[in-house]
Amino acid sequence: MRFGIVTFPGSNCDYDAYQAVVETIGEEAVYLWHKDHDLKQSDVIILPGGFSYGDYLRAGAIARFSPVMQDVIAFAKRGGPVLAICNGFQIACEAGLLPGALLRNASLKYICEFVRIRVESNDTTFTNRYAVGDIMRVPIAHGDGRYTADDETLNRLEGDGRVVFRYAGGPADADEWWSPNGAMRAIAGIVNETGNVLGMMPHPERAVDSLLGSDDGLRVFESMLARIGV
Amino acid sequence: MQRLHSVEPRPGDPAITPALIAEHGLTVDEFDKLLAMLGREPTFTELGIVSALWSEHCSYKHSRPLLRTLPTDAPYVLQGPGENAGVISIGDGLAIAFKIESHNHPSAVEPYQGAATGVGGILRDVFTMGARPIAMLNSLRFGSLDSARVRYLFAGVVKGIGDYGNCVGIPTVAGEVAFDPSYEGNPLVNAMCVGLLHENELIRAVAQGVGNPIIAVGARTGRDGINGASFASEDLSAESEAKRPRVQVGDPFTEKLLLEASLELIRSGAIVAIQDMGAAGLTSSSAEMAARGDVGVTIDVTKVPVREEGMTPYEILLSESQERMLVVAKQGRENEVTAILEKWDLTAAVIGEVIAEPVYRVTEGDRVVAEFPGIRLVTDCPVYTPEAYESAEVVRLRAIDVSQVAELPEERDPLWTLKELLSSPTIAAKTWVHRQYDTTVRTNTVIGPGGDAAVVRIRGTERALAMKTDCNGRYVYLDPRVGAQIAVCEAARNVACTGGRPMAITNNLNFGNPKRPEVYFQLREAVRGMGEACRALGTPVTGGNVSLYNENPTGAVYPTPVVGMVGLIDSIAHITRSHFQEEHDVIVLLGEPDRNIGGSEYLSRIHGMVAGPPPACDLDGERALIDALVEAIQGGVVRSAHDCSDGGLAVALAECCIMDRGAQRGATVDLKHWRELPARALLFGEAQGRVVISTNMPDTVLSIAKNHGVPGRIIGQVGALDAPLHITTVANELSAPLAKLDEAYHEAIPRIMSRAAVVSP
Repeated sequence: MRFGIVTFPGSNCDYDAYQAVVETIGEEAVYLWHKDHDLKQSDVIILPGGFSYGDYLRAGAIARFSPVMQDVIAFAKRGGPVLAICNGFQIACEAGLLPGALLRNASLKYICEFVRIRVESNDTTFTNRYAVGDIMRVPIAHGDGRYTADDETLNRLEGDGRVVFRYAGGPADADEWWSPNGAMRAIAGIVNETGNVLGMMPHPERAVDSLLGSDDGLRVFESMLARIGV
Repeated sequence: MQRLHSVEPRPGDPAITPALIAEHGLTVDEFDKLLAMLGREPTFTELGIVSALWSEHCSYKHSRPLLRTLPTDAPYVLQGPGENAGVISIGDGLAIAFKIESHNHPSAVEPYQGAATGVGGILRDVFTMGARPIAMLNSLRFGSLDSARVRYLFAGVVKGIGDYGNCVGIPTVAGEVAFDPSYEGNPLVNAMCVGLLHENELIRAVAQGVGNPIIAVGARTGRDGINGASFASEDLSAESEAKRPRVQVGDPFTEKLLLEASLELIRSGAIVAIQDMGAAGLTSSSAEMAARGDVGVTIDVTKVPVREEGMTPYEILLSESQERMLVVAKQGRENEVTAILEKWDLTAAVIGEVIAEPVYRVTEGDRVVAEFPGIRLVTDCPVYTPEAYESAEVVRLRAIDVSQVAELPEERDPLWTLKELLSSPTIAAKTWVHRQYDTTVRTNTVIGPGGDAAVVRIRGTERALAMKTDCNGRYVYLDPRVGAQIAVCEAARNVACTGGRPMAITNNLNFGNPKRPEVYFQLREAVRGMGEACRALGTPVTGGNVSLYNENPTGAVYPTPVVGMVGLIDSIAHITRSHFQEEHDVIVLLGEPDRNIGGSEYLSRIHGMVAGPPPACDLDGERALIDALVEAIQGGVVRSAHDCSDGGLAVALAECCIMDRGAQRGATVDLKHWRELPARALLFGEAQGRVVISTNMPDTVLSIAKNHGVPGRIIGQVGALDAPLHITTVANELSAPLAKLDEAYHEAIPRIMSRAAVVSP
C-alpha cells in the first residue's frame, strides 16, 4: 500500500506524515512534488500541514490552483482516499473537497498544545479502529483552525454523521463540547459526502509514539490500512 | 604593498566630511586608520563598507580580546568560534550545529519584525553549516509587565518568534523569559538554533578557488535594513524610534525555501562555501568569506538582483534584506546551482568571483566603486581594551546586609510569600508564551517548554539532545564574575536534570555601552567567570554573539551573558522529567541550602530590593553534582529531577507538584534538619548547586551522591494526585492546597496579558 504525501514548498509536516506511515504501519510512502502532475500510483493521498505557499493571502487559497492539486481533486472525485491534516484541511476546503472554511482562531493567536478530541464516527476509512466516544490526546498547532460553515451545512454534516472528531472537554470533563480555536460545534474533523476525504485540524501523525506524549493517533493509520490495505 | 586602483567618487556621492564620518559611527582614530589602509580618501561607498564591518556588531572590537580567553576545545568540537555556527560531534557520524544570536535593538523599536528576523538569521547561520535545524530556543528579557508598552513589546516579540519559526516548521522547544525594570525600553531578544548534520556534510564559509563564481541566492535585495549593523552598535535613545525603517522585514516562507535549497546545494557538491547575508548584508558576507580563505574577491553590484530601480552601490552593499545567501560555487557548476534554486522558485545570480589578486573590490559595471587591500578590511579593524572599574553603586548594593531586611507582616504566612513568588512573571508558567510556538512539529520533541531543559530525540539512534538557555542578570549585576559562573552552571544543571551530559555552550553577551568603565568591567568579569565555569564543567564555547550598547535613557540593562547549553542523553530510556511522578516516591535534596538571600527573587518581589551578594558558586561542587546526577539517572534510580533556582527550594518543590497540569501531585516535606537557618533563607534563598529529586531508591541516590562528595538528604515524600503541598521548618509550617498554587503559577501571565497593550508608542 502506497501513501503519497504532497509536498508544497511550504509544507512542514510532510516529513512527520512520512515517518508516521513508514515507522508505525510499515507501509510505503512517497513524496509528491507540487509542480508535478504525478501521484505515483498512490493508494492514499495525504495533504500535510504547513504553510503551502506561505499562506499570506489565505491558508490554502493558492495551493488549490497548484498542478498537483488538479490530480488530487480528480483522485478524490474518483473516490480515492485523502487524509487532509491541518493546512491540508484548509486546502481541501479551498479546493471544494470539503464544505466550510477554517478561519483565524477565536483568540487571534496561534495555538500549539495537546488537546482531547472525541471520535464521533467510526464508520469511516480513517477511524474504523476506534470506538465512537473514544477520547484521543493529540496535538494541534495552527493559527487558522476555527471551523466555520452555515447552519444548513452544519446540520447536514451532523445529520449525515460526517462530523468525525470533536474537541472534547477540558482536562477533567470529556463530555462538555469545547474548542480551543472557537470552531463551530467544536468540530475538529469532517468527511465529505462520499466518506473518502477526511479533513482534521489536530495532527494524528504527531501522536504515534508515547515517548512524545501520545500514540492515540496511531489508529488513524491502522484504520486506513485495515480498510484500504492492498 | 599591493597597488590599489585610484577610486573616484561616484557622481552624486556626498562629500566625506567629519559630520558624515561621525554619522557612520567611525571615530577620528578609526578614520585615520582607514586613510592609512587606503593611502587616500575613501569614497562614500567605502566609508559605508567600513562603517558596517568595523561596527561593534560585526567586528567585536570591544570584546574580541576577552572572548579569546574562553575555552573552545574538546575532542568532540568540530568547529569552534569564527564560523556561522559551532559544531560538535555526537557520535555515529552525526554532529550538532548550534548558535545563539541577539536581535535586541530591532525588537526594541519593532518587536514583531525584530524578533521574527532574529529567528530567521539564526536559522540561516545553522543551515549554512549543512545542518537541518531541529530546534529553536529563545532567551527574552523585558521590563515590568505593569507597563502597557512592555506588554506591547512582549506580545509582539512572542508573536514574531512564533510566526516565523512556525511557518518554517522548526519546533521552538525551550527558553526563558524574565522581567525586570532594568530592561525597560531595551528588551533582550536572543534566539538559539540547533541543527543536525552528518559530519561529512559539514561545510564552512571559506571562499576558495580562483575563478570560482560568487552567487547571490534567495530573496532580492531591497532598501530595508540599511545600516542595521551600525544601528545595533549604538545606545537606544528617543531618536531610535525614527530608525524603525532600519529594521528588516522577514518572510518565513522564503526562508523555508532557502533552507531546503541550501541543504540541497550543499549536498550537491556544486558549491565550496555558503554564508548568510546577515548583518551588513553583502558586505560582511563577502568580506568575511574572503578573509577566511585569504583570497581576493570582486563583486559587480549591477548583477545583484534588486527589488527596485536606482539603488546605489552603497545601498546594495549595506542592505539587510532578509532571506539572502552568498554562495561560492565550483567553476563550471553554476547551472546546477541555478537549477536547484529554480526548483525552489528562488533566484540565483552570479555577481562576482574569487580572484588571485589580494583585493576586496566592488564595481558598478566597469567602474570601481570600492577597493580595499587584501583582507585588511577585516583584519585591520581596531580592537579596544577600555578602562574598567566597578561601579561604586554596585559595590554598595552588594555590601548591604540583606539578612537585616525586616519581614513584612504578610510574611508570617509563608504560603502568602510562596504565592507571591509563584505569580512573579519571571517564575510563573510561560504557557501563554509557548502555546504560540509550534513545539511538536518534526515529531521529535520529548520534553518541550516548561521542563528543566528541552529534550529532542535523534531519530534513528537511541540518543537524545538536551538543551537550555539560562542567565540571571540580577546576579551578574551584583557580581559579574560569580553571576556568569552561575549562568553556565545553571544551564548545565538543567541539562543534567533531564539526563543529559553537558557538552558545549554558545553564548550571547548582552551588555551596555562598553565605553563606560562600569560596563566594560561587567563584560570583562563576566567573561572571566564564564570561562572559569566552562573549564570546570568541561563545556567549551563554540561560538556566540556579543550585543553591546543595550542602554536606554535611564542606563544600561542588567549585564546578561546568556548561556545556551547543549547536552547529550545516551539513551532515551534515561530521559527524566521535572515534576513528581509517583505517590510515595521519596524526595531527596542534593546540595545544601544556606543563609544568603542576596540577589534573590524573594528580595526583589517581596521587598523591591536588588542587593546583597548573589549566591555563591562552587564550581567543583557543581561539577560533582552534575556527575552524581547523571550517574544516578543513568542508573535508573531517579524518577524526576528539578533544578532549584529562582525562588529557592519552596518554589522548586511547588513546581514539582504543579508544573504538569494534567497530573498534579502533592508532597510532604520536612526541612527541620536545617534548624540554624532563617526560615525565609531556607524556603526562598537561592543557594546554587541544588536539585530536587524524587526516587523510589533513595539509598542508591544518596550513596551515589556521597561517592561524588555531594551533600544529599531525604526531605519528604510525594503525595497523591491533588493532595496538598506541606512543608515544615523549625520556625513555621506551610500547607498549600495545589489549586491555590496552580492558580498563582499558571494564571499569573494570562491575567496580566488580558490587560490592554499600547500598540504604538
